[in-house]
Amino acid sequence: MSTRAPARHARRRISEEKTAQRRLALWLCAPAALIMLLVTGWPILYAVLLSLQRYDLRFPDERAWVGLSNYAAVLTDPFWWNAFWVTVVITVISVAIELVLGMLLALAMYRTLIGRGVIRTLVLIPYGIVTVVAAYGWRYAWTPGTGWLAGALPPGSAPLTEKIPGVAIIILAEVWKTTPFMALLLMAGLALVPDDLLKAASMDGATAWQRFWQVTLPLMRPAILVALLFRTLDAFRIFDNIYVLTGGAADTGSVSLLAYRNLIGGLNLGIGSTMSVLIFLTVAAISVLFIRAFGISAPGTQGERR
Amino acid sequence: MSSRMRRARSRTRHRPSGTSGRTRAGALALAAALGGTIVGCGGESARRPTVNLYNAPQENIGVLVDRCNRLARGRYTIVLNTLPRDADGQREQLVRRLAAADPGLDVLGLDVTWTAELAEAGWIRPWTGEYERRARAGTLAKPLETAVWEGRLYAAPYNTNVQLLWYRSDLIPEPPRTWEELIRTSTRLAAQGKPHRGGITGARYEGLVVWFNSLIQSAGGAILTPDGERVQLGAPALTALGVMRAFARSPAADPSLSSMREDDVRLAMESGRAAYQINWPFVYASMAANRPDMLRVLKWAPYPGITGPGRAPLGGANFGVSAYSRHPREAFEAALCLRDAESQKIAAVRDGLPPTIRAVYDEPEMARAYPMRQAILDALETAAPRPKTPTYQNVSTVTSAVLSPPDEIVPVRTEARLRDLIGDALSSKGVLP
Repeated sequence: MSTRAPARHARRRISEEKTAQRRLALWLCAPAALIMLLVTGWPILYAVLLSLQRYDLRFPDERAWVGLSNYAAVLTDPFWWNAFWVTVVITVISVAIELVLGMLLALAMYRTLIGRGVIRTLVLIPYGIVTVVAAYGWRYAWTPGTGWLAGALPPGSAPLTEKIPGVAIIILAEVWKTTPFMALLLMAGLALVPDDLLKAASMDGATAWQRFWQVTLPLMRPAILVALLFRTLDAFRIFDNIYVLTGGAADTGSVSLLAYRNLIGGLNLGIGSTMSVLIFLTVAAISVLFIRAFGISAPGTQGERR
Repeated sequence: MSSRMRRARSRTRHRPSGTSGRTRAGALALAAALGGTIVGCGGESARRPTVNLYNAPQENIGVLVDRCNRLARGRYTIVLNTLPRDADGQREQLVRRLAAADPGLDVLGLDVTWTAELAEAGWIRPWTGEYERRARAGTLAKPLETAVWEGRLYAAPYNTNVQLLWYRSDLIPEPPRTWEELIRTSTRLAAQGKPHRGGITGARYEGLVVWFNSLIQSAGGAILTPDGERVQLGAPALTALGVMRAFARSPAADPSLSSMREDDVRLAMESGRAAYQINWPFVYASMAANRPDMLRVLKWAPYPGITGPGRAPLGGANFGVSAYSRHPREAFEAALCLRDAESQKIAAVRDGLPPTIRAVYDEPEMARAYPMRQAILDALETAAPRPKTPTYQNVSTVTSAVLSPPDEIVPVRTEARLRDLIGDALSSKGVLP
């Protein structure tokens, strides 16, 4: 009883201190936040402004505000929707494969007792190779006449010039390249699983399979979701692999490639920026979906979430 | 692109921007100052301007650059900057720099289809007075016309190009004159179990537009109205589309027609798969190098047409001068030297680029390198230029997208779709595929 009043007092003092600290923190954060706003906020705003104009670099005199008509042009265009669905297919399939392979690799890396360093290094090699360099490797490998992989195909087939084989090769290159990244994030998640819990489960008679499904996976959930979110966002913005492998031929282009074609090739800043904004909105929607639907916390705030 | 055939394979030295050349000149002057002769660095760069030439890869262009630098006697120094191999990559780099008003570009090697776009945007200078007179003197009419936009000359023709029909005389004794005859020839050869394919660029790129453009002009029509403002198409387009569809569905078509570019077409014939090909003259030098045995039976004939001889695609490259050049006088001089009769002869004999100056064709060295020179000159009389419009890039991109793959062309429907999309492309509206 007698301790209650001083305790309340103490609590108030702590909260005052906390407020002061919080204010200081805000001040300390301000410069960084301001710079972030300038270097990311302004380009985004500028892209939005451009997307509301008819603005072709070749016809500077015809520059004019056109409202949402660029959005209407893009959203009713079959080329855009083809690129959109190609991007969605590449994203969904490659991320799904990466999750399974990444989990296997993470388990292997986490559980190996001998040569751990060597294995981890080996696994990370594809991720360390510059994407464009790796993509050229794949491209030549699949080119009839020069490639070691193309030689295994029936003569006369040129997989990179057809839609479905082309997309499949893009997915393969993407999976090969980024599975190590997935594995790395998942391995960090594996470290969150206490060994005692697994031992206890095993004492209770759980099989290895049951331990994985009912103990390891649920505890890894935050890590898995963060890995999935990162990879989904990355995969949706795919550009370099496609640019090198097929150049978007045979309708294998992604939305980013289409935006590039219109911006840089077509010099059409209006339509190109409209596509950039639409890609941005889609990526934002994916993030919101992940955070709302799966309730993941932003990286760095794990555990603080209430 | 299609129009810019090249035997060149090696990349020449690359200099990213104009400043490095000047820096080097400055360094030289500084070294001289340290040597105790002159005082004041950078003095030399003021006296000898650097002319930055941006050109597509061409194996022996260095010979031309050295020759012109020698002839300039210190008035300027041309520095060669090599652009990417594919035409889209070349155009991308040039327009990106020009849109940013980069002063590091002086002389630009331009595909014949870019004149209108760059001139309309104000990125290249018109040729006037003495420069114009020298650029026009003795130049063939068709190549010259590609460098003109709205009555003004915007570039000096460097090399030209036309496609011909190349056939094996051991399989085809008399060259077919029309596409119908070509298809019949292939059908006959197929029935005899002989090589029967016909090579043509059917991939989704400029080469497909070139094919369609020549067919529609052979049928007496055009893609755009003469002023380049509106879509024409119509009945000749239906004829042209019908020919493309028939060819793509006949025994003449290669199984990988829809992915073939110039080099694939050339290889199909060299490998013995094709009995004939429609291609630029570089295939002659290539066959001489790769299949000397087949060269003996390699013959050429005019581009096939609808009812008689057709109108061959017109390609080539011109030299323009950037609007942002700091040394326009030297740039014009350098461009004129790089495309004078002697330079064109070197480019023709060493790199297989057909000259744009009529007199060069009569040089004795030309006879060996260019046994088909008379056929080229004849084809140039009726050659079919591509539509002139500042939005050619857009028009070409949507056209190749609609026409690909050629075996799925349905003339009436395809024509309507072309009309629709090219109309949008002309006003640079809509999405580029």
